[in-house]
Amino acid sequence: MTMSGAPVHEVLGVACAWLLIGALGLLRPASVDWTTRFLYPAGAVAGLALAAIALSAIFQPAASVVLPLGLPDLPFHVRLDALSAFFLLLLGAVSAGVSIYACGYFRQAQGTSLGLVCLYFHVFLASMALVMVADDAYFFMVSWETMALSSFFLVTVDHDHAEIRKAGYLYLLIAHLGAIAILLCFGALQAGTGDYTFEHMRALQPSASWATAAFLLALVGFGAKAGIVPLHVWLPEAHPAAPSPVSALLSGVMLKTAIYGLIRVTFDLIGSPLWWWGVLALALGLVSALGGIVFAAVQIDMKRLLAYSSIENIGLIFAGLGLTIIFHGFGMGALAALALTATLFHCLNHAVYKSLLFLCTGSVLHATRERSLGRLGGLIRRMPWVAWCALIGTIAIAGLPPSNGFASEWLLLQAFLFTPGLPHGYLNMLVPVAAASVALTAALSGYVMVKFFGVVFLGQHREARLAEAQEAGVWERTGLAWLAAACIFLGLVPATAIGLLGPITRALTGHGIGNLAQGWLFLAPINAERASYSPLLVFAVTSLLVAVAWLAVRAFYHGRACRAAAWGCGFPDQNARMQDTAEGFGQPVRHVFEPFFRLEQHEPAPDDANPRFSSSAEDRLWYWIYLPIARAVAYLTALVTLLQRGRISVYLAYSFVTLLALLLFIR
Amino acid sequence: MISLSGVAAQFTELALAVLLAPLLTGWVNKCRAWLQNRSAPPLLQPYRALNKLFQKEVVLAHNASPLFRGAPYLIFGCLCAAAAIVPTLGTDLPLNAAADAIALVGLLALARMFIALAGMDIGTAFGTLGARREMLVGFLAEPALLMVLFTASLISSSTSLTTIVDTLAHREFVIYPSMAFAGVAFTMVSLAENARIPVDNPATHLELTMIHEAMVLEYSGRHLAMIEWAASLKLFVYSCLGLVLFFPFGIAGGSDWLGIVLALPALLAKLAAGGAALALIEMLLAKMRIFRAPEFLGTAFLLAVLAMLVHVLLER
Repeated sequence: MTMSGAPVHEVLGVACAWLLIGALGLLRPASVDWTTRFLYPAGAVAGLALAAIALSAIFQPAASVVLPLGLPDLPFHVRLDALSAFFLLLLGAVSAGVSIYACGYFRQAQGTSLGLVCLYFHVFLASMALVMVADDAYFFMVSWETMALSSFFLVTVDHDHAEIRKAGYLYLLIAHLGAIAILLCFGALQAGTGDYTFEHMRALQPSASWATAAFLLALVGFGAKAGIVPLHVWLPEAHPAAPSPVSALLSGVMLKTAIYGLIRVTFDLIGSPLWWWGVLALALGLVSALGGIVFAAVQIDMKRLLAYSSIENIGLIFAGLGLTIIFHGFGMGALAALALTATLFHCLNHAVYKSLLFLCTGSVLHATRERSLGRLGGLIRRMPWVAWCALIGTIAIAGLPPSNGFASEWLLLQAFLFTPGLPHGYLNMLVPVAAASVALTAALSGYVMVKFFGVVFLGQHREARLAEAQEAGVWERTGLAWLAAACIFLGLVPATAIGLLGPITRALTGHGIGNLAQGWLFLAPINAERASYSPLLVFAVTSLLVAVAWLAVRAFYHGRACRAAAWGCGFPDQNARMQDTAEGFGQPVRHVFEPFFRLEQHEPAPDDANPRFSSSAEDRLWYWIYLPIARAVAYLTALVTLLQRGRISVYLAYSFVTLLALLLFIR
Repeated sequence: MISLSGVAAQFTELALAVLLAPLLTGWVNKCRAWLQNRSAPPLLQPYRALNKLFQKEVVLAHNASPLFRGAPYLIFGCLCAAAAIVPTLGTDLPLNAAADAIALVGLLALARMFIALAGMDIGTAFGTLGARREMLVGFLAEPALLMVLFTASLISSSTSLTTIVDTLAHREFVIYPSMAFAGVAFTMVSLAENARIPVDNPATHLELTMIHEAMVLEYSGRHLAMIEWAASLKLFVYSCLGLVLFFPFGIAGGSDWLGIVLALPALLAKLAAGGAALALIEMLLAKMRIFRAPEFLGTAFLLAVLAMLVHVLLER
């Protein structure tokens, strides 16, 4: 039944192992030891195995299998090609770190049924793996919905809180709107033949209008899952509500399944995208990136801040995808390959560093029971391990050399610099504006991450009880170290990871990136004359200079230091509350980007004996789009109640009238 | 690809930058004093100040973390690496294959991030205030600088700084209108990034207005010396970057040793003129309120984007 090639059975085996581990969680649902000592470590091993299998699968020809499951005459089709393998590698590598971390995290979880969480967690992992190997619309939608439902239950683990239930409801609602769009997209792609296998869709050549309809539906459907503006409102509610390991998976991996789906539909199933689709994706991506990071800057909850930053990163990924489509649409294959490489590499990087940072917030949450930035501070002295891992993630997400975040942003900017070759005047004019907004977004993310790291880990403890905060346990630290090491590795030798993307770009754009990585040391898009970058050399030279400076100062002068109180500028009663709060640190961004926000501020009167100050910066789109729609739906449903009289005779009259009408019109 | 003479030129440039940077600061201070009709401090005053600071004992706050102690060296290292990338004498620099203009902006941003984090580490009101303002200046200045560099990169179809110099200096002379916009934007960005009037005042310790000085208020002794030296290096890097982009003449092509020897006096003359111009700008402008800084830098950003647009529309 199977062709030789990629190890598709092994991938299915890992997915089954995850399902089994989840089911085993129900055996002893209340036992902390059973789930955290045996099941989560087993899940981590399965994740590592998946990463290893996927790594070997990237360079093998695609293989497909038809499973004897599903409905009669509608079996599940499974296919493993390079694109699937890359996203499975991402899933496996990140989930291994998250699962190890979860061993420590869920030991201290309170009030939740551990067995049920274990079940949802592993079903979630398995369904993501199945989404990436599904080869027909039916199996894809089944896996997709399983993923949505299991993650919904994970988001609402703490369903005692009303706002978490609300967040879960919003998430489920938008997830299903997206799923409807994806379903319609597949409907458009099968072109009335009734054959929903991807193989069939690949073979069809849809007309331009049908292809456009399919792409737009896919953009809405997958965009809703990825949190693209204006379908992003659920993301900053749902991601922070979940337990931290789950937040890490949601932001790090689940958003990437949407990117996977969009790439699969656009480049594989449709096959020949039109260039203007790319402009649309680019514009949406840039708006999301800038909006996301501006909102991240004013957040006062550390997990919400990271969630908004996910919107920013997804925006950058969409921008890269849009650029790929533009290049592909104009037949510039090599440049399309470059832009696609930057996009996929950024997907991998974002998965690694965003998971790392969400896990760090989990450790902070455990140690302090505090999510609000305004009540944290100074944790680098109590939790150095977590703080240094968070610093690595911070440098990566801010896109600074020599981290992995910089490497992918560098590639993306290089792709932008090639756009003046486009055979279209207006597009050429748009490009400087687009490049400028990418640069502005990258610089703003530096601002946001200084706020995040500085307020949480540096300074004085804003609450006295933070002085008793405990360092994270050994499982948590292992998980953090795994992801931090991945950040460093991908940052210093990006050429190894980029080498994996060659088969994907060859399959989707027809061009390789063979000369992009000149050896393992250098990155050089198109040719080394234009630009080249070697993070390892930059890192080595900078570290050498730092070491020389340090040693020279010791050698020529001295290394003496003494400790004293911080200088109070002549004011004796300085306390920890006088540091910048999270609101204070966000104030300049609020000031500069005022039109983005719906600001509400309440200032007390000067003679108020009990003054209270409050301010809020909310999303305008919520008031402009969502609330009017909600009101319209509420109005329409209220109209329906006019029919509902509650008397059986009235309902019988309805039936009678309907019957008459049917007899009259249909006959 | 990497030649011995290239490595030698690389080391010469790096050593020159590290050693000359305080001299440039001294020269700007001297010019400013002359323009203000004050008696000027000696040209070598910054070296004396550094020497004095190195000899002093470091006083650390009780809650200073390792990040606070390591940051000065890291910042110095980043700026040395940045100085090594910018071509000042010749264009045969092996390090340019490893780091291009985008990496240069990245290195400067890394240094800024560490100085801001160090400012927040002790947890005093001034430290965090300075860090916030520094990041405010940074998030507007950094993209503007990147756009200026992109304009030059589009002209020379390369982001490598040596190729940019080769294109702008060693081929036939062409006037690029886009570079005029870029030049204005670059000047504004450099003023802001180097904590100069009108955005910041390097000589102030007045609480309400300071940015850079507020962040480094807790530093003393050798740590402060490293930070001050790094600040001079930053001024040097920006000056040389300005020369590379707008006055690249005189920089030797390749590893031509005679050319490099001749490039040195040219560089010194250009830096002297640039320093005097900086002192003049600082004299003519007034320090503006911190709330106006976003408008100033936003203008710089728009000018830089305009420069790129002008290039795309007119020069191809």
